[in-house]
Amino acid sequence: MFKRLWSPPSRSTFLQGLALGVTAALLWWFGHNTAISLDQHGISLGFGFLKQPANFEIGDTAWLHFSPDDSFVKAIAVGLLNTATVSVIGCTLAIVLGFVIGVLRLSRNPALSSLMRAFVELVRNTPLLLLLLFLAATLHGLPPTHQALQPLPGLFISDRGLVMPYPMISRLSGCFVIVLLLALLLWRRMGRRVGFAVVVATLAALAITFMLRRPVLAVPRLVRFNFTGGVTLSPEFAALLAALVLHHSAHISEVVRGAILAVPRGQKDAAHALGLSRMQTMLYVTIPQALRAMIPLLATNCVSLIKNSSLAVAIGFPDVVSVLNTTGNQTGHSIEAMLIMVVVYLTMSLTIAAVLNNYNTRLLRPVTRPA
Amino acid sequence: MKATDDETPLTVAVRMRVPFFSVSKNLQRSFASPLNAVLTLCVAAVVLLIAIPLVRWAVIDAVWRGTATDCRVASAGACWAFIGHKLPFILVGLYPAGEHWRPLCATALLLALVCATATPRLWRRPLAIAWVMGLAAAFWLMHGGPGLAVVPTPSWGGLPVTIMLTALGLGMGFPLGVLLALGRRSHHLVPRTIATAVVELVRGIPLIAVLYLAVLIFPLALPREMQLDKLLLAQMAVAVFAAAYLAEAVRSGLQMVPRGRMEAARALGLSWWQAMHLVILPEALRIVIPSFISISVGFFQDTSLIVIIGLFDLLNTARIAAQDPAWLGFYTEAYVFVGLIYFCGSAAISRYGLWLERRMASTVV
Repeated sequence: MFKRLWSPPSRSTFLQGLALGVTAALLWWFGHNTAISLDQHGISLGFGFLKQPANFEIGDTAWLHFSPDDSFVKAIAVGLLNTATVSVIGCTLAIVLGFVIGVLRLSRNPALSSLMRAFVELVRNTPLLLLLLFLAATLHGLPPTHQALQPLPGLFISDRGLVMPYPMISRLSGCFVIVLLLALLLWRRMGRRVGFAVVVATLAALAITFMLRRPVLAVPRLVRFNFTGGVTLSPEFAALLAALVLHHSAHISEVVRGAILAVPRGQKDAAHALGLSRMQTMLYVTIPQALRAMIPLLATNCVSLIKNSSLAVAIGFPDVVSVLNTTGNQTGHSIEAMLIMVVVYLTMSLTIAAVLNNYNTRLLRPVTRPA
Repeated sequence: MKATDDETPLTVAVRMRVPFFSVSKNLQRSFASPLNAVLTLCVAAVVLLIAIPLVRWAVIDAVWRGTATDCRVASAGACWAFIGHKLPFILVGLYPAGEHWRPLCATALLLALVCATATPRLWRRPLAIAWVMGLAAAFWLMHGGPGLAVVPTPSWGGLPVTIMLTALGLGMGFPLGVLLALGRRSHHLVPRTIATAVVELVRGIPLIAVLYLAVLIFPLALPREMQLDKLLLAQMAVAVFAAAYLAEAVRSGLQMVPRGRMEAARALGLSWWQAMHLVILPEALRIVIPSFISISVGFFQDTSLIVIIGLFDLLNTARIAAQDPAWLGFYTEAYVFVGLIYFCGSAAISRYGLWLERRMASTVV
């Protein structure tokens, strides 16, 4: 009797039921306690507070305008936009720099590869937060605006941040830039001649629009104690961006190097036998094959870059975590603020994970050659 | 975060290459062609451009002893006198001045335990007993109790906190991670759902969010009379964080073990748990040593994030030391100093990983 009851299927049902019961009881207990503590503090749950004015300043407001009278929703939107800006720029730069470092580390010149290795080892073995705090402190310790450093004409570095020239893009030239990018992207599809003609034509049109409109660049000038014109990166933004790019480019360079080394040697030998130079082999044979292996890893790296951008809290850059934290502290609605934070990051991670899974399954399908 | 989720067999295979240094061969290669010679000279120029000011700053112009005024007078170089002056604070934080030997002994004890754990020959039951006794002794040293004055956790700080968070976080995270990995691969719905939810939730959000959840939200979910210490909450949070990442590594290891192993073990009459414990897990864990090592390095560095919830680890004590009005502005020295400690720790873990991998490849445990 007992033996039959304890047979694998019923035992499994029993144990799973038990686990489910224990988990549910634990969750109920947590919820119950939370309700009691909220009662004691006189807080009620709900997202209504989001419409109230935020009453705090935000230093970096991306390209939105934000004043303390604006609602919490807008504050969170500014934070999200800041996170997105730093992540997109950071990811792009980190991939470019990581690629360069990864390829240079494979150079046959020992001096060059050792230099790259030294950089990678240095960055990989120190915490990102240390790099970030160091950069932030350094940027704040720079001379004031009237003694700003000027490494290149038009580029000013001071304790107010980095001020640099900004191309004055009219709507017309903006359209031409988009056409140019599209032409470069669709080069293969259009055929060489058509593509070449389109690119030359757009470049000429662009040049003409620029010539008609001067000045071409909005060059910053120092007026009294501040700069006018150009685009300003705040010290916090610059420090966060630089730290993320340096840290992740070191990690990405390892991915790039690993993927390139994983391309079978025979491919390289075959390319040499066909008369391709080392550079051509790298560009047309090795890297395209390595790309397939590295794309999922590059994406994982970008996800961790986005998550690491939350370190902004440590230096006072208003990213989404920082804004939500302030919101929670000011209103007492920490639970709701944390919930928004978790939802934002989970959505991002899970979406990218789903896209990657899709990509991986497509990659595993047999390759069909284009006719 | 960080290095923890971007390591793959690809990178690992590369890292296993044993470095070799043959001066003549390297020189020959550095000047193999005109282009190479130019490249080498450019690199040499860059290195000199960085190294000369660095050496001047760190060694030649540095002020080794004295006060902040001595440093300010000779302002060109590093002020190592600052590190000398602030060393106790950076290493042990706010711990009472007369009792500094206690955190230092506790640190030494923890490090000895970690070193013992890193030796495969000692992977026997006595090691577990040593851990229990060692942790009890370290807690007694840090917190006080019979024979020692009590020092509450808000006064703990510096190196012991960093090492404790890392060692205990990985120590507690490892068994939890194995359980989560087994749960995720289970055929049963309930454990699979719970494990998947926990792992995806923790991996999907930044460590900072995990820490905030642990210190801001979790206490609300406990009864009032059962409030936990902030350091303990942070320790639990980083352990769960480590567990989620370790679980994914273990899961990939389990996937690589051929299915026939389990069937053979069951056919020999082992129960599922015995087969798992004696056959599958040893093989799976050996496969994932490289990812364990990179997770550990990343985790050691990530413990510095507890700065954000206001606890005093090594990085935070250094940061605060540089905010002392008497020594304002010597943050570079502080960060370089703790950076060196982190560098040595991380490099030691990586080296150990390479050694363990080679040893595991050559011997059967």
